[in-house]
Order: sequence, then structure tokens, then C-alpha cells
Amino acid sequence: MTMMKKLLTSAVASALMVGGAQAEISDNVVKIGYLADMSGTYRDLAGPNGLTALEMAVKDFGGKVDGAKIEIVTADDRNSPDVASSTVRRWVENDKVDMVAGLVASSVTIAATKVLEEADKLGLVNGSAASSITNEYCTPNHIHYAYDTYALSIGTPTAIVKEGGKTWYILTADYAFGHAMEKDVTRVVEANGGEIIGSIRHPFPTPDFSSFILQAQASGADVIALANAGADTTNAITTAAEFGVTQSGQTIAGLVVFLSDVHALGTEVAQGLQLTTGWYWDMNDETRAWSDRFMEETGARPTMVHAGIYSSTLQYLNAIKATGSDDAQTVRKQMMDTPINDMFAKNGRIREDGRMVHDMYLAEVKTPEESTGEWDLYKIISTIPADEAFRPLAESDCKLVTGK
Amino acid sequence: MSMIFGVPMAVLYGQLLIGVINGAFYALLSLGLAVIFGLLKIINFAHGAMYMLGAMATVILFDNLGVNYWVALFLAPVLVGIVGVLVEYFLLRRIAGQDHIYSLLLTFGVALIMQGILTNIYGVSGLRYSIPDVFKGGVNLGFMFLPFYRAWVIVAALLLCFVTWFMIEKTKLGAYLRAGTEDSQLMQGFGINVPLLVSLTYGFGVMLAAFAGVLAAPIYSVTPVMGSHILIVVFAVVVIGGLGSIGGAIITGILMGVVEGLTKTFYPPASSAVIFLVMVIVLMIRPNGLFGKEA
Amino acid sequence: MSQIDIQSDIQQTILKQQKIDSRRKWILNGVLLVLLLLAPFVMYPVFLMKILCFALFAVAFNLLFGFTGLLSFGHAAFLATGGYTTGYLLSNFSGLTTEMGVIAGTLMATVLGLGFALLSIRRQGIYFAMVTLALAQLVFFFFVQASFTGGEDGMHGVPRGELFGLINLEDNLNLYYVVLTVFLGCYLLVQRIVSSPYGHVLKAIKQNEPRAISLGYKVDRYKILAFVMSAALAGLAGSMKSVVFELASLNDAHWHMSGEVILMTLIGGMGTLLGPVLGATLVVNIEYQLGQGPLRDWVDPILGGIFVITVLAFRSGIVGEVQKFVRKNMG
Repeated sequence: MTMMKKLLTSAVASALMVGGAQAEISDNVVKIGYLADMSGTYRDLAGPNGLTALEMAVKDFGGKVDGAKIEIVTADDRNSPDVASSTVRRWVENDKVDMVAGLVASSVTIAATKVLEEADKLGLVNGSAASSITNEYCTPNHIHYAYDTYALSIGTPTAIVKEGGKTWYILTADYAFGHAMEKDVTRVVEANGGEIIGSIRHPFPTPDFSSFILQAQASGADVIALANAGADTTNAITTAAEFGVTQSGQTIAGLVVFLSDVHALGTEVAQGLQLTTGWYWDMNDETRAWSDRFMEETGARPTMVHAGIYSSTLQYLNAIKATGSDDAQTVRKQMMDTPINDMFAKNGRIREDGRMVHDMYLAEVKTPEESTGEWDLYKIISTIPADEAFRPLAESDCKLVTGK
Repeated sequence: MSMIFGVPMAVLYGQLLIGVINGAFYALLSLGLAVIFGLLKIINFAHGAMYMLGAMATVILFDNLGVNYWVALFLAPVLVGIVGVLVEYFLLRRIAGQDHIYSLLLTFGVALIMQGILTNIYGVSGLRYSIPDVFKGGVNLGFMFLPFYRAWVIVAALLLCFVTWFMIEKTKLGAYLRAGTEDSQLMQGFGINVPLLVSLTYGFGVMLAAFAGVLAAPIYSVTPVMGSHILIVVFAVVVIGGLGSIGGAIITGILMGVVEGLTKTFYPPASSAVIFLVMVIVLMIRPNGLFGKEA
Repeated sequence: MSQIDIQSDIQQTILKQQKIDSRRKWILNGVLLVLLLLAPFVMYPVFLMKILCFALFAVAFNLLFGFTGLLSFGHAAFLATGGYTTGYLLSNFSGLTTEMGVIAGTLMATVLGLGFALLSIRRQGIYFAMVTLALAQLVFFFFVQASFTGGEDGMHGVPRGELFGLINLEDNLNLYYVVLTVFLGCYLLVQRIVSSPYGHVLKAIKQNEPRAISLGYKVDRYKILAFVMSAALAGLAGSMKSVVFELASLNDAHWHMSGEVILMTLIGGMGTLLGPVLGATLVVNIEYQLGQGPLRDWVDPILGGIFVITVLAFRSGIVGEVQKFVRKNMG
């Protein structure tokens, strides 16, 4: 790029900017830190394959932005907020990292974004589920991209209540995340004319769900909702299948279910399970094409988190290119001003609280007969429009929205 | 319907039965630990990992070699038993005679290694394994639906527990074992290969864990970390029963399954903590556990 | 030369040697102190503070395990109690100065330690380890349930505040020197404890408890006091940690943390003064450096391998082995 052109872009960029931070790429390097659980319970959610998605994005972008090299550093967060906090601090203070991607466990994400806020750098959160990340824990320095618990607990209950599943029994993981989901589900079910007839708070983790499934069965509820995640969810679904829950006419609603979970369960056990997802690899040619490339690299189909990491990284790099700056606020503003149209989302947009809102999908797990392959797992039943899927700003407690 | 503390009797019966089934699992796992501690004075913190290996081996054998459930029921424990013998021969043997604590730390390290390696290969989402066809479905008992597979679990686990107890406490082989580990020089003098006996005992103990793993494969999420949580629960069971007491481990296992089941009915959030509460109380009253001998 | 002359000669040599020894010790300590004072200019202060907090935690644990022979498998409970208490107080009562929050956290851990000690002290060996583990699990259960801890989200935004309302601790360097001072103070305290008559009784109990009893010592009281002091120091480590990181989380209460402090102590050398410090430094560094490098997916198995190698090859830990070597070759 010629000097003249560069000057011009930066002039345009600074004109667009609020506050007018310097329009240039610091140290002539764009450094991205990838922080995720690489070896523990959340490994398959983002983990090593998420790094691959990130690298794909950088490679597809050309490895350079405005002549500045794009570098990636990586760390295992060990699911510990201490590790997250000290790693991110060192990254932004010593290693000049501009953006942190990945971010899975909620405690890790909250700790990391606090540091990013102090240092005024950017975080792109894809792994975390908790909707509190753009609510009470929102900062002007991060964006929550792929999905959140609010969106997940809206789609499935709404659809099921409309289909006639009026009475609900909720199995809640007994920690903050589970409690939040239980609250959301209760609200949605009651708003649609359904009724919660019982709930159980089970310890986290619970290896054996038979006792809880039995109680849910005895309640006679139309629907058993699982307000938990990971191994708890897969264990509950396996046990429900074993105890013939679906045969006796009850429906299972999984709230936080990922493609990797369903893949682990298999269609035989998980068939008929309804769930909400932000993205599925087999939706259209664009998603399939990208997923094929991803599978070549990793041997697995991408989850919505992997796709979100790829998409958000590209959005980020595009914003740097457009503004000629890697200043966090400049880039975030540019990302907010640019609608997202790629293989991940159509007409997605980033709100002032940092929430990326996009269409979500209600999916049902295929039966073994319908499924044509190991990864042919979902059929998309309906689309939940972006403005219904996420927490409305009017209900937000985020300091950026309320101004407090 | 009659109720107890707001819980219908029918539900309570169901919970008791579920408690016994889980208890059978605990019994099998704690039995292995008790055998290893009682005879070898090794605190085996790799027991959870061996349980995991049993389950993982079942799935891997099926996926790669098409080995079915019934063959796996024998083959997986044998393979894990061999791993156990190797661990004993190459590692544990070197710290024989040292404080028990070292065996705890050593086996804890071994468990971390096994878990870590398998996590890197197989991930943590879990591997797929279905219930064998014979055991699909179940029977309605009136107060609950009992899957055939759970019925099989209880039968298989308790049978193996009984056989093990009988072998160790009532047969000549068991007598050799107990004598050999208590006074190895004397037995060596009688021409019995004590080091081999020790290796085999450790191998046998972990085989029991692996067998529990095979039983678990169709009904629980099979992941490299499945053993790490159950480990300390099972340890608590063994301690409550009295370290080293074979019969104590079995009875306490079932008892704790029931206690946990009842907690899951009356106050579910505490069900993961209740066993530790019981342990503290029991050790207050009986310092050597329910069935432990006076130290 | 007469017998007496030879004796006094030997005595003098010994005295001379002792003088040289203590001089060496002073030089070594002096060098270490200078290094610690200069360290934050070379290394990242927050990381150094993390090492110091864990070093204090390990020193506290070692007081009980290394010098008294009691293996607690529940020390995470004190670390977490200190951290959560301090975090809660500093977040919710803006009138409190930082040191008041830290003192309160330490006191809370001390009280909990007394409770643990009274319930567990009569148990022996592995039973003692298991009772402390069980009690710590109950504490963990409480922290998961209690709403003030923020559950698995953790407690965030703990203000560092000002020391005595005067020194701004938001500044990393200021905080570093405060943490260093506290750490050194505690280290010296432990040094005094173990070389005092009381410390000798502890060692006697470790070596042969029945004999200590028969010599008329009220062994239980000694053990309880050791346990409570150990818990207090562990709580102090947790309190400082929550100030340093501005957060407290469930990781600190998990039984893996109790296992980790055993590893730190063992690898450095249990029953030595410097051992736990060295062990903590090593373990924190290994976790951190590996987590950043190409081996980041392999941290757990590598830690496991270190466990195994330590137990097999150098049970006395690094410092212990060095001491043995020095004694053998230079004594």
C-alpha cells in the first residue's frame, strides 16, 4: 500500500472515530491471543480445534493487514481465572497483544475481560455460554459472538410449548449458570402459556442421573428440560433414553447442547431431541464448504463455537483494515457499524452491550434412519429471528446501556 | 398414595432400588481399592483412571476391532490388569516399604498421565457405546421402570463382589495371599514367589475397577476424565467401611449408594456432599471405620 | 600435645567452621533478598506475586506435613476461605483498608483451621488425610452453594485498595513489596517456630509419637497448634492472592489444589525451609510456561510425570537431596 493511500485511509478512519485515538496499527503487528481450555472439561468446545479455526481466519485474510503482520499466541487457561487474569495481563502489558479470542469458562471470561477493560484491548468471546457476560459483566472491551444461554433457553421452550408441551419439569445444574437458565426457561414457558410443575437442583457434576430422571418421570410432566451442560447433559440424555422417557410420551429438551455432545451420544440415543443452535455446518453451500475445509484440518465437523471464532476473527481483521487502526474502541465501533454477512450469520449485528445478535435455529436430532453419516445429526426446524433470540436492551443491566 | 415427608412411597421405592444399583457400582470399585490396600498397603489413587481405562477399552475395542460387549467384559479387565501389573512392576515396587503416602502420590501421578494422554487422543465429549441388544428395554415394576441393563449391573457387580470376598477370605489362595503380604520372607521360604503375588494382586484389584468400567460404558458418558470425580467418592466409601476390610467395602458401598439415593430424593443439591458428611461422622465415632480392625 | 589441647583445637575448628557456615548462610540469604527486591524490574510483578502467594501456601502446608508429619488433604479449604472472606469484605465495605480485609480473611481461616483440627487431630496417617479431605469437600460444597462467592463465575472485581489507607496498591510495584514483606515475615516466623523448643517437640512427634507421649508431652495440643498456625498462614496466602488477582474462585477450594500443594512441597523438599518455596516456584512456572508453549495440551500428563519421578527418584525433594549431597561430600 502506498504511503498516500495509507494516509488517506487513516484520515477517513479518524474522521469516523469518536474521541480520535491514533489511527495506526501499534508496533506494526496485530497480535491475537488465543486463550481457551486446551486440556480440561471444556476442551472440545473451543480448544485445539478453535485454534485451527482462528488460524484459518488469519490465513484466509492473507496473514497481513495493512502491511502489518498478524501473529497468534496461545495459552491453556486450565479453567482457572487466576491463570486467565495473569496470562491476559502479561499478554497486553508485555507482549503487546491486541485482541484475545476463545474464552470459554465463564469465570475465565469475566476475569479476562476485566483485565482487557483496564488495558483497553479487545476480547472476542465465543466459548462462554453465560448471558451475564453482556449483562452485569459487560465491558466496552469485549464482544460476545456465537450464542448465549438467553438465546438457547428461548428457542426450544417456545417451540415446544406451542406444539402442546404444556407442563414442564426442569433438571437444573446447581450453580449460577444452571440457576440463570432455569429462570429464563421458566419465564419463557409461562409467557407462552405453559406451566413449571417441578424442578430439581442436582450437584455439578453428577455421574448418575437415574434418580433424577425417575423423579422427573414420576412428575408426569410433558417436557423434561435439562438446564445443565457438557457431561451432565449427555449423561442425563443417555439415562433418559435408557429409562424409556420418550417412549412413555415425555419430551426431552436440551438447553445447552453442542454438536460435539450429540456426536458423542449418537442418533440412536439422542434422536428426537430438540435444541437451539446458533449455527449448523450443513445449512447451505457456504457453511458446507467452510466445514469441509475445517474437517480436512481437524478431522471433525465444526461446532457453532468454532464457526464463531472464524467469523469473528475475520470481522475483526476487516475492521482493522477498514479503519487502519488496531485501537480497541476504533475497531469495536467499526465492527458495530458493519453488518455481519458471512458463512456464520446473515445480517448479524453487534449491539452496544457487546452482544452479537443473529438468527438462531431450532434443530431436532435426526433418527438413525434419517441420518446419512456420522456427522449428519440435525434437521433445522425453524429460524428464531435475531430480535427475538437475544435479551432485549430494554431488559439489560449492562452499564453501557443503562449508563450507570 | 401414602407419602413420606412429601414424597410418594412409590417414588421412594424407586429411589431405594436406584440407590442399591449405584451402591453395587460403589461396592465393586471400593472392593478393588480395599483389596489393594488391605493386602498391599498401597493407596491406589489411580483407581479412577483404571475404571476409566476399562470403559475406554470397551469402546475402543468395539470401534476398532468389533469386539462385542461380552468379550469386552473379559478382555478389557484383563488388558487393564496387565497395565496394572506393569505399573506395579516398574513403579510401585520401587517404593515398597516406604510411607503409604508415597504410593498415593505416585498413583495420583500415574492417573494424571493416563487421563492426559487419552484426553489428547479422544477428547472429552465422550465416546459412543450402546447397550447390548439383549438388555434393551426394561420392565415396569409398578413403582418404576427398571431397565434390564440396570438389573444386569446389579447382578453382575454383586456376584463378582461375592466371588472376590469368598476367594480372599475363605479359600487357600486367599490365605496364601494374606500370609504372603503379611510376612513375605516366611512365604518366600515356603517357595512362593511373593513379588509375583504382589503384582498379580495389584493387577486383580485394578481388574475389578476395569470391570466396573465395562459395566458403566453403555450407561455413562465415556470420557478420559470419568474416573477423576468418582475416585474420591469411592475413597470415602472405603474409608467409611474401614480401610482394608473386604467385606466392609462391599457392604458400605451398597449402604452409601442408598444414602446418596435418599439424599437425591429429599435434598438433591447435597447428594455429592453427603458421603463426606457421613465419613466425618463415622470417623468421629469409629476411628477405624465401620468394619475396620483396631489399629 | 595434650588431650585437652587437641579437644580445644577441634572445638575451635568446629566454631570456625560454624562461623564460616553462618557467614555463608548470611551471604546466601543476602543475595536472595537482593534478587527478590530487584525481581519485579526484570520479571512480571503479578506473576512474581502469584509465586510468592503459592510459596507461602506451600510453606504453611509444610509446617504441618514436613515438620509435624501430618498429611492434610484439605488445605485448599483454608486458601479459599481466606480468599473469599477478604474478597467479600473488601468488595462490600468500602471503609475497610486492605490490611483489615487480609487480617479478617486470615482470622476466618484460623477459626476454620481450629475446627478442622479438633475434628481430625486424633486420627492417624491415611485416616487423617481422608478426614481433612472430607471436611474440605464440605467446605467446597458450601462455597458452591453460597451466593456471595458467585458460584462457578467466581468473585470478581475485588478492589486492591490502599494499605493503611495510605499506599496505593493498584500499583503493581507497591503491592509486590507489600506481598514480599508479608511473605518474608511469615517465612522467618516459620523458621523461628521450627527451631524453637516447640518446633523440636513437633519433630519429635513426627519421628516417634508414642515416645513423645511417654515423655509427658500433650501431643494433641502441640498438633492442634501446628494445624491452626498452618491453616492461618494458608488463609493469609489466599487473602493476599485475592488482592493480587482482584478475584477469588472455586479453583482455590477444589481438592486438586490440595493435591497441588502436596506436589509443590514434595518436589522442593518437605521438612526443609526453602524446599516448599522452590517447589512452588517450579510448579507455578512449569504450569505457566508449558501452558504457553507447544506442549500446552500436555500440562497434566507432564505434572503427573513429575509426581512419578519425584516419588521414585528424589523423595526428599530438590533441597533435601542437595542437603544430603552436601552432608555426604563436604561434611
